[in-house]
Amino acid sequence: MIDIAISAILTVFILANIMNLGGLLLWVERKGSAILQDRIGANRAALLGKLPINIGIINTLVADPIKLFTKEDFVPPNADKFLHWMAPILAMVPALIAFIAIPFGDILVIGEREINLQAANLNVGILYILGMVSLGVYGVVLAGWASNSRWALLGGIRASAQMISYEIALGLALIGVVMTFGTLDLQEIARAQGHMIGGVLPGWGIFYQPVAFFIFLTAGIAESKRIPFDLPEAEAELISGYFTEYSGAKQATFMLVDFLESIIVAGLITTLFFGGWQVPFLMRDGLHLPGDIFYPLPSLLVTLVQHGAFVTKLAFFCWLQIMIRWTLPRFRYDQLINLGWKILLPIALANVLVTGLMILIFQA
Amino acid sequence: MDLLTFFMLAVPLVLFAAVVILHPSPVYSAMSLVVVMSFLALYFFFLDAHMLGWFQIIVYAGSIMVLFLFVIMLLNLQNDPQEHQQPSLRTASRIGGAVLIAELVFLFSRSSSSEKAAAELPEGFGTVVALSEKLFTDFLIPFEITSILLLIAAVGAVVLAKR
Repeated sequence: MIDIAISAILTVFILANIMNLGGLLLWVERKGSAILQDRIGANRAALLGKLPINIGIINTLVADPIKLFTKEDFVPPNADKFLHWMAPILAMVPALIAFIAIPFGDILVIGEREINLQAANLNVGILYILGMVSLGVYGVVLAGWASNSRWALLGGIRASAQMISYEIALGLALIGVVMTFGTLDLQEIARAQGHMIGGVLPGWGIFYQPVAFFIFLTAGIAESKRIPFDLPEAEAELISGYFTEYSGAKQATFMLVDFLESIIVAGLITTLFFGGWQVPFLMRDGLHLPGDIFYPLPSLLVTLVQHGAFVTKLAFFCWLQIMIRWTLPRFRYDQLINLGWKILLPIALANVLVTGLMILIFQA
Repeated sequence: MDLLTFFMLAVPLVLFAAVVILHPSPVYSAMSLVVVMSFLALYFFFLDAHMLGWFQIIVYAGSIMVLFLFVIMLLNLQNDPQEHQQPSLRTASRIGGAVLIAELVFLFSRSSSSEKAAAELPEGFGTVVALSEKLFTDFLIPFEITSILLLIAAVGAVVLAKR
């Protein structure tokens, strides 16, 4: 009974936090784009028009949702009503629940009870997230088809081809990581990165699988359909692509799904390549510095610091994706498909081969 | 898996499978097939084959059916026009279906008489380690032959597309 309650609390904690983070990222994106384009940006919501300080964040977090949720919900007359209504839900659900397999801390000890800080401890966690990512395509594709509009249909077709192409590179990059750590359990992978290479370098995945990291980052941004891979919604060509015919809360859902997918990509990168919740030199019983120096620390403090490290890394990679979005121009569609099939796929395959060879050499 | 779970999964699965062949719109058919695949994955979960279940979702529900939808949307397939159907084909398919149902009823009525108790699952059943051990020791040759078959199909598709 208590176990179920703990699982429920962890799940609600995760869902509430990534929803909040998704909303917050919208503000970071507006402000970040303003900084990169050398303008002041989202600052037109000074309270009552009187406050001198910049509180543009209120505009994005309060005024924008009020506007979006009170707008008319327009369904095109010739649209397929049922699928038009289903598509935002089908896009939202996989993006929301994928995060529960990502560990956000080690073990929290309360009294006699040890709580694993992961909402769902799945022994095939990587496969679960890949499954959710692959199911997320349907919302986009169906939105494009059900709108009965040429722009939307083109966006949906582009999305389906793009997601399938980059899923392959994404999966192959993950195979290299799985071979290195020998497990599909994300918490086990995070724990395996706790050691030090040569006493100074943290044993994070990126030092074992640097090639896989870059493939994963590229394919991950492509999966979340953001610039430079936002061909399905390229506004210069397709108005808004697959969600051209959506308005109000449903359109807000599609916008939020984009951010949720970035958060999942950031969470996976953190867990697989940057040690998850690991802090260098910090073990469960305290600080182990080189030269056999040891400071014992209370377990609660260690857990909190580790959780803080996870959140910091996650926020950094969310921010990195936004910076990439506002730095690079959009690809052409043939360039996008060529990059996926002719560059990323062969490199990922070679990475799997080299990883296998390395494992053989070091075992022998 | 007990009888109640079995039927709770089996009834919607068969219903959605019926929608796949009966619905006039190809997109609805494809989406129903996705639901059927997901229910099959649920069967695997209840039978403790978690890895197989997720592969069912990733490969069939997540990739192959997206490809189906892509083709449907690219060719802009409309609802199935009834007038193109030939009456003789319709009669033939009805007879074929009836024979198939009769065969299945015959087979299942015979097999149910010798009901077996569920065997005890071996240690670590359905996990990655157990599955890969079987795949790369007992079933290595079928596994490799299958992968070569898929490779031939992929190369063949590329060659045909270049023509």
